[in-house]
Amino acid sequence: MAINFRPFVFPAVLLGALEWWARTTGKGSDALAPPSAAVRAFGGALADGSLLAATGFTLGSAALGLLIGALGGLGLGTLLGLSRRAARLASLSVEVARPVPSVALIPLAMLVFGFGLRMEISVVAFACLWPMLVLTQAAVLQVEPRLLEVAHALQLSPLARFTKIVGPAIVPRLFVALRLCVAIALVVAVTVEIAANPHGMGYALIIAQQSLDPALMLAWLAWIGGVGFAINAAALALQRYVARRMGAEGAA
Amino acid sequence: MTRRFDWPGAAGSVAVLAGVVALWWAASHGGWVSRVFLPSPEATLDSLVEGLGAGGELLAFTGATVGRMALGWGLASALGVALGALIGSSAAARVWIAPTLEGIRPLPASAVMPLAMSIFGLSGSMVLAVVAFGAMWPVLLATVHGLAHVHPQLREVAQGLQLGRREVVFKIGLPNALPDILAGMRLSMTVSLIVSVVGEMVASQPGLGQAILLASRAFRASELFAGIVLLGAIGFVSNALLAVAEKKLLRWQHP
Repeated sequence: MAINFRPFVFPAVLLGALEWWARTTGKGSDALAPPSAAVRAFGGALADGSLLAATGFTLGSAALGLLIGALGGLGLGTLLGLSRRAARLASLSVEVARPVPSVALIPLAMLVFGFGLRMEISVVAFACLWPMLVLTQAAVLQVEPRLLEVAHALQLSPLARFTKIVGPAIVPRLFVALRLCVAIALVVAVTVEIAANPHGMGYALIIAQQSLDPALMLAWLAWIGGVGFAINAAALALQRYVARRMGAEGAA
Repeated sequence: MTRRFDWPGAAGSVAVLAGVVALWWAASHGGWVSRVFLPSPEATLDSLVEGLGAGGELLAFTGATVGRMALGWGLASALGVALGALIGSSAAARVWIAPTLEGIRPLPASAVMPLAMSIFGLSGSMVLAVVAFGAMWPVLLATVHGLAHVHPQLREVAQGLQLGRREVVFKIGLPNALPDILAGMRLSMTVSLIVSVVGEMVASQPGLGQAILLASRAFRASELFAGIVLLGAIGFVSNALLAVAEKKLLRWQHP
């Protein structure tokens, strides 16, 4: 079987055009550099360890924020899904807090936590909380009513009802929500670093720009894109794997 | 039959929100959380009233942010639909170009900001360009997807009527893709607001993003909270408006 090369032609042409432009008309530009120079800059960042350190910081804080936000959203969403009264009572508060853009909390997190890991985690957690809450609530509401009747007939306690009936029933949908939140967590983490936090990949990117090193800046930009692509692909694969294992529903 | 408005539910829901505000009040006045971080609700309200009233800056900042967001969103929607229609209606473009677009999509919009800064410099139009670029993807990919998944029978109808490519796009493809496009536009509205705020923070353009960053650096927590409240209100109102528009525009689909 021949490898399908067609998706790679267009980016290759673009990169070739940039290389040609940067070596002729755009020579000595402070804004753009040829891709070959970006590859060299990438090798430099890899060799001096800054690449791995920054990537580790961004991914670590994105993962921790995702963990906190997703667990909170999971708990609240299950509660609001199971109890109609709770959902009614909380609806206004949720609708008021949810549209606040996560980046609006960057200055607040800066004030409370200062720069560092905790401010980034808190903003990521806030960003992941709401989609997880809404999607969990929707997933619980779509649990087959007969399953809930079974739980009722068996007189299960609320805890047993969750761990034995509702929990397993919503797993495939939860992984759809998780994939969405993984993408959000990474975007928000990089955004926090670009806007304020002097750590991680986003900061490395903006510092490369401010020190007029376009080769390094392009290297970071491509690396952030590549990491984002790989993580999104992995999350999608996980979601599909879980959907297959748990039965086809929610596989779409 | 119209459903009766659920008064007890609404009252309870308002009561819970009031409870949250009361907790905020208690936390601030009781000294559980330092006033440096958490201003009292009434101080926030004062800052809001002062900022939005005559001589206040917040009104102008809000206008600047809303304008940036709306203009960027409009550009993103127009570009997304146009490019999406071009790519989605051509099988060759879908094979050669669409994978590249799918590959760029996970790139955070704010990560493009440094590149735009080095090309265009620190300006309002740079921020606008990044907003439009970042918010374009949901619309673009939704349009491509909607055009690529036209029902085979509609395709046959188009062939039977011997419609040209342009007619297929305008009479069948785009109306068919409209639900996807509108869902994409809703997502891109959220992205526009976020990227506008980040752009104002990073490039020091006037707007709420810059205002809350400066308020935080100067430890003026009540102004910071007022800005956050306003940004939440912008998000809420824009989303609600779009939901209404979506319902109106899609009415023909459910006769």
